[in-house]
Amino acid sequence: MQIDELRTRVRQIVEDPTLSFHLRRHYLAYAAEEALPYPELSPDTAEALNKRIICDLLEGPAPYRARYILPNYAKALANGSEFLELDPPETFDDALNFLLILYVNVPSITGYTVYLGDLDRLLTPFIDDVSDDHLYAALRRFWIALDRMLPDAFVHTNIGPEDGRVARAILQIDRELLQVVPNITLKVDPDATPDELIEEAVHTVFETGKPHFVNDPLMIRDLGPEYGVVSCYNSLRVGGGAHTLVRLNLKEVALVHSGDLDSFFAETLPRYSEMNAELIEARIKYLVEEAKFFEHDFLAAEGIIELDRFSAMYGVYGLAEAVNVLMANDGKAGRYGHDDEANQLSYRIIREIADFVANRPMPYCEGNGGRCLLHSQAGIDIDVDVSVGTRIPIGDEPEMFEHIACVAPHHDLFGAGVSDIFHVEETVRSNPAAMVDIIRGAFSEGMRDFTFNLDSNGFIRITGYLVRKSDLEDFDTAGARHGSATFAAGAMKNAPVTGRTIKRVVSREHRPSGTPQK
Amino acid sequence: MRRRFEADQDSNAVAKSLAAPSSSKQSRLRLRRQAVPDDADDSEIPRRYFSGTPLGHLNNFIRFSAVDGPGNRFVLFLQGCNFDCIGCHNPYTISTCNDCGVCVGPCPEAALHLEGGRVRANRHLCTDCDVCIEVCPENSTPLAAYVSVEEIVAEIRQVAPFISGVTVSGGEATMQPEFVAALFTEIKTDPELRRLTTFVDSNGSAPRRVWDLLLPVMDAAMIDLKAFDPSTHFALTGVDNEAVLESIVYLAERRRLYEVRLLVMPGHNDETATIDMTVDWLRSVDPAMRVKIIGFRHHGVRPAGLSVREPDSTETIAIGDRFRAAGFADVVVV
Repeated sequence: MQIDELRTRVRQIVEDPTLSFHLRRHYLAYAAEEALPYPELSPDTAEALNKRIICDLLEGPAPYRARYILPNYAKALANGSEFLELDPPETFDDALNFLLILYVNVPSITGYTVYLGDLDRLLTPFIDDVSDDHLYAALRRFWIALDRMLPDAFVHTNIGPEDGRVARAILQIDRELLQVVPNITLKVDPDATPDELIEEAVHTVFETGKPHFVNDPLMIRDLGPEYGVVSCYNSLRVGGGAHTLVRLNLKEVALVHSGDLDSFFAETLPRYSEMNAELIEARIKYLVEEAKFFEHDFLAAEGIIELDRFSAMYGVYGLAEAVNVLMANDGKAGRYGHDDEANQLSYRIIREIADFVANRPMPYCEGNGGRCLLHSQAGIDIDVDVSVGTRIPIGDEPEMFEHIACVAPHHDLFGAGVSDIFHVEETVRSNPAAMVDIIRGAFSEGMRDFTFNLDSNGFIRITGYLVRKSDLEDFDTAGARHGSATFAAGAMKNAPVTGRTIKRVVSREHRPSGTPQK
Repeated sequence: MRRRFEADQDSNAVAKSLAAPSSSKQSRLRLRRQAVPDDADDSEIPRRYFSGTPLGHLNNFIRFSAVDGPGNRFVLFLQGCNFDCIGCHNPYTISTCNDCGVCVGPCPEAALHLEGGRVRANRHLCTDCDVCIEVCPENSTPLAAYVSVEEIVAEIRQVAPFISGVTVSGGEATMQPEFVAALFTEIKTDPELRRLTTFVDSNGSAPRRVWDLLLPVMDAAMIDLKAFDPSTHFALTGVDNEAVLESIVYLAERRRLYEVRLLVMPGHNDETATIDMTVDWLRSVDPAMRVKIIGFRHHGVRPAGLSVREPDSTETIAIGDRFRAAGFADVVVV
């Protein structure tokens, strides 16, 4: 980038009236990063990146920190931190304080930690002598601090699968405070998670659209017993994370293909699959070998994260459009989500990609046996007319049962995360047990991760993150406190997300680039 | 780690006795027709007994419902009702099609035709436009079909992981008690399905012998009490309410009454005195019973019903509060 262009970019950021100080500084860092050249790519891959057939989510040309980091908070609590000059906490209040301090020192793509730990498991050892009142008051204070110090909807905590005082308090406090932060996932084990806890979580969903519900046994099968769900719905190993996330736009791959279905699977899909992998590899190598993140960050030095628990995320999106395009090319009318042949085609596409990823070696990905993890990517706010991940397009969804039957087979293959959002009628408010039934049924059908949306609460679930409706009202003139609201506002402009009638929420993920939308 | 609706001991005991692992079909037949010898094997049983399993006259079913009993439920809507409520929001379920054929021509999708004197519907062509219902001189529908227990059980099996149970509604479920009993029996004797609770949503008109047919395999009933006062009841439904009140008592005594539903129709059954009498009487039956207060809505009702206004939520909430003040702990207002 030329110096003039850089100056223009920087000036735009400096003079943008809607940015808080932190966001302004965040975007200035992006601008600086964009002064560097992109890591070297083969000409075909560079061209595919330019055309956004493969996409780096505008992460930046010089990755200097891992995209998603999942500190091993349990280890830190047990050992303390030398860099932070903190002894291992001994009381509940000290533990909360310790965690807050550690959180603001954890890097990520958003600038705020995307993982707060499995808070109930982390805190339960400290609460034996703590009364219910003290537990509630301290956690409530903690919750407010999280939202004000880490104002970003991608900040994410996990609870469950066991029931407990901390999980219950969290669900209650979240209902009361109605904050965007933190995002929450309830891990559900069909045998260990009681109906009462799921129903308590359902009550919180009614008010805030949180938590996500996640299939604990399935996650453990793919990631081991120590995993976390972070950011939107990205699942990774604790003590590790993802260096980068690069996604393959399946709609574009189908559109550039000329020929029949057989040649799509024999030539086009493998070619672009490899380009996506090449881009991932280039970014990983820059992060580890040039930026040397793991050699200078204190988290790595103290073993709170370990390079060999990391992997990278191989993302896909636009599956629905790809299927519909390929079916049409074949002279068939069937649509993804509605037609068995179309659905079978979708499973074949994903299986092919999954096989490719399972066989494609990737450096510094010992967290997954030297391979990437597959991820059903949630879209970003500049996406237009392309569906999130493997979801059925908004407004085109069949009834709940058919919807689950269509998407559940995909959920099996996405170790690094996939999720679906179900929009439910207001009548379920008087029958939360019905939601519990549906949640259990969905897991028995093999769903990995999902959540629900109702019109009547004050939140909009954009993809896996939330925005408050009230925050969007004055956004253009006054901005908003949460960094994620910027992306939500962009998403809202690009697609209408009105909610009077039963309508699925637009599923777009954040756009991490510092370039302001003008 | 699942809760279950707590079915009565009797129902469970009977369900257990119905489960004969080696020849469940024979034990069902034994229940109904003692003529079949105990040691008869399947090939010896005359075909008419198999064809003796009753079909159900069905308007529709939905796989997931959050408003027809506890939890998520599979719901059948049977065709045919012996009341004629002015507030009915699915009045096309009241009458049975008489095959007059008036609907065949007007169907925009040509989904209907007359065959062998019967109106037949091609469900695949149907777009649910409701023209046939609108033109029907009997206020019925050509889309109700005869279904077997097997067909319905196959549908239920598909969604079994998602549901707490099955509810039969309608129309009036108790007008087809043999079918409902056969369906519930199949559910209660199937190892995969027997955990599902079996409910009936009813206008309460059934006599004891009909409830007795259902009780062994029905976990609970939900009864609509249109009005406590007999003349109001007659004005709203076209029939007397004595049988309804008896059903409520009979079911409550056997702990098979899941809830009583009160459809609030302003100007008819919402006067304070009326509500108080209803409260007092229901309390005398069982103060622990669950009461659901439903605000009348115009959606789908016939002209006579449109002349009754919809209550606003303050009114229905106030009625709910009267019940709570009288000691009812389980009151839901929708």
